[in-house]
Amino acid sequence: MSLRVVVGEGSCGIASGAKKTEAALRRLIGEEGVADASVEIAGCIGNCYLEPIVDVYEEGGALEARYVNVAEGKAEEIVRRHLRRGEICEELLISDEDADFLALQERIVLRNAGRINPEAIGEYVKAGGYEALKKALMSMAPEDVIDELKAAGLRGRGGAGFPTWFKWDAARRSAGAVKYMVCNADERDPGAFMDRAVLEGDPHSVLEGMAIGGYATSAGTGVIYVRAEYPLAIKRLEKAIGQAEEAGYLGKNIFGSGFDFSIRIKAGAGAFVCGEETALIASLEGERGMPRLKPPFPAQKGYWNRPTNINNVETFANVPFIIAHGGGAFAAYGTEKSSGTKVFALAGKIKKGGLVEVQMGLPLERIIFGLGGGVKNGKAFKAVQLGGPSGGCVPAALAGTPVDYENITKTGAIVGSGGMVVMDEDTCMVDMARYFLDFTRKESCGKCNYCRVGTKRMLEILERITQGLGADGDIELLEELAGKIKDGAMCGLGQTAPNPVLTTIRYFRAEYEDHIYRKHCTAHYCKALIAYGISKACVGCTKCARVCPAGAIAGKVKERHAIDGEKCVKCGRCEEACSFGAVFRD
Amino acid sequence: MNNCKCSGEAARFPQLEPIMAKYAGEPGSLITILQKTQDALGYLSEDAIAHIADRTGVAPAKIYGVVTFYTQFRMKPVGKYLIMLCMGTACHVNGAAELAVAVSERLGIADGETTPDGLFTLNIVACLGCCSLAPVMMVRTQAGDETYGNLTKTRIAEILGEIAGGAPAEGVGA
Repeated sequence: MSLRVVVGEGSCGIASGAKKTEAALRRLIGEEGVADASVEIAGCIGNCYLEPIVDVYEEGGALEARYVNVAEGKAEEIVRRHLRRGEICEELLISDEDADFLALQERIVLRNAGRINPEAIGEYVKAGGYEALKKALMSMAPEDVIDELKAAGLRGRGGAGFPTWFKWDAARRSAGAVKYMVCNADERDPGAFMDRAVLEGDPHSVLEGMAIGGYATSAGTGVIYVRAEYPLAIKRLEKAIGQAEEAGYLGKNIFGSGFDFSIRIKAGAGAFVCGEETALIASLEGERGMPRLKPPFPAQKGYWNRPTNINNVETFANVPFIIAHGGGAFAAYGTEKSSGTKVFALAGKIKKGGLVEVQMGLPLERIIFGLGGGVKNGKAFKAVQLGGPSGGCVPAALAGTPVDYENITKTGAIVGSGGMVVMDEDTCMVDMARYFLDFTRKESCGKCNYCRVGTKRMLEILERITQGLGADGDIELLEELAGKIKDGAMCGLGQTAPNPVLTTIRYFRAEYEDHIYRKHCTAHYCKALIAYGISKACVGCTKCARVCPAGAIAGKVKERHAIDGEKCVKCGRCEEACSFGAVFRD
Repeated sequence: MNNCKCSGEAARFPQLEPIMAKYAGEPGSLITILQKTQDALGYLSEDAIAHIADRTGVAPAKIYGVVTFYTQFRMKPVGKYLIMLCMGTACHVNGAAELAVAVSERLGIADGETTPDGLFTLNIVACLGCCSLAPVMMVRTQAGDETYGNLTKTRIAEILGEIAGGAPAEGVGA
């Protein structure tokens, strides 16, 4: 019986050493003379915290064993024991608890990610790939395709949550012999990496979704605008496009239907504002990526002034499922207004970071605690940041909030592209607001005064507060500026830039006040507002005194040491050096 | 301004000729040309920008505008090892700001600068998309990119030491 050995090689897997594991497996299989095993690669399975992951499948396709944390050196065990003798390496197996990480999910977008080889079109086809395109081209009118999307209730997964069918219908109705179908794969929301995982793990699902979109809107050309910093995604997309052209799923007269569709790639050069449709189009045309007023909407005048439809990677990856199984099958997941599933990137102070795809409408806590295992290092859960620089921080008290477009918007955050950055008691919420304003201030394109100058002024105030120089009236001033920027900015970047500040003021006002009036950082994070001290736990090992660059620590051997606050430069080296947890921040 | 400098210019940047031949006449290709030029030369010098302006007919001021708009482009050469230290949200909450200070102190350079020996350039970047391994940095060398995750100050010191010593450390495993 022959075995398939699959190594997860998304960017996270590779960063954890998956390529070395793969090479070791190949070498050892040769050396050990195992004739009936083949090594293949797949994209990200989602359990990033367990990488590198190696799956062993039976010939028939059933998973025999999932091995986790398979460093190069552990490949030998798998080859010698499992592949040669058929013995399962129990000590490397994924635990039941970790296996639940996958079992609790509903996978539509990630249906193939981590299972198939993204560089082999045959595997995608074997998994039902390009059947939806065939069905659309051979048995559906463009209007039928759009009706199916409407029945599915699919909403844009890039952040705005706009109904996809509506955009496709507008592009279809727009007159023009030349139209474009653009995929926004310029994932720049810090804390989000689901698009990368889809592109690396299942690129054909995006190509198929784009081709179906092309058919529905009469667009003959697809363009993928992808981050230049995602070299592996670009490589796999290029390979996938080449294979799809060769197999006749892209190109002229697809399935003999008379429909022509080609796809090319443009690498984005790095500007967050290019997530905005009109800025993205300007960038595609080789210009500075600055947004313009709408209307005209891209559906009327887009890329080279032609009707253009732009969707996000995850949106496109949903389309083949919807066409193949019907809009109803998709709408069976999720809530009435937020149907289907959504991929979330769990990161920050979480135990099990990675990608999860769940039905919309699941409470936040189910995702963070049920799937993510809660906060790491036994700390208390404080908040979760959703939607990146355009979103907000949802406090622990609202952990029961269902994750759908309506309910998350009510909290002041947004579902956004799906980044979920978990924060614990050590995270300073004023500093988080400062962090995001620093980001939006840098990324503002500069076109609108309110965004360009306003974000800078807000950042200055937040910097003052975190440096202990906050003054009475600062919170009110932040709120006033936030309102003006929201009203005065033209595009989504500026309109949403104040959200991280507004949500932290709304839920963590006491922390702002602590900084401003008591010159104290509640989370003991802001350097200017903390003092280091040494507790009774000190055994007098003298290690801290030796690493202190300022000579601020005094004490005799085997006696409790003390820090001179006047001399201390708050570098934190004593805290790192102490093996007894005796150095504390106040 | 009608004396075409193409031939003379081409002689100055022969390595850019394949790029120019393919893209110079294609509308909307400025960003692609700049990306490929930077790949070929390592950075976008004023001379290279002037050359692109000559070959494409796009004004140098406009090219400069595009170059300075996007974070990918740089107008200074980089060191042998380009350190991209991630400052994404997940990295930030996991202490990336302290790591940035540690790297700066160790190498004696600020964000965007290169060490005098030309070995290291430090770039603080927005998000590398490896959030579950935060804090993360990527080191670009001629051999390719290596990503290091779950960083600590100690680990960074080890990695930089090994790279400077000529034996690049392996990516951090779990």
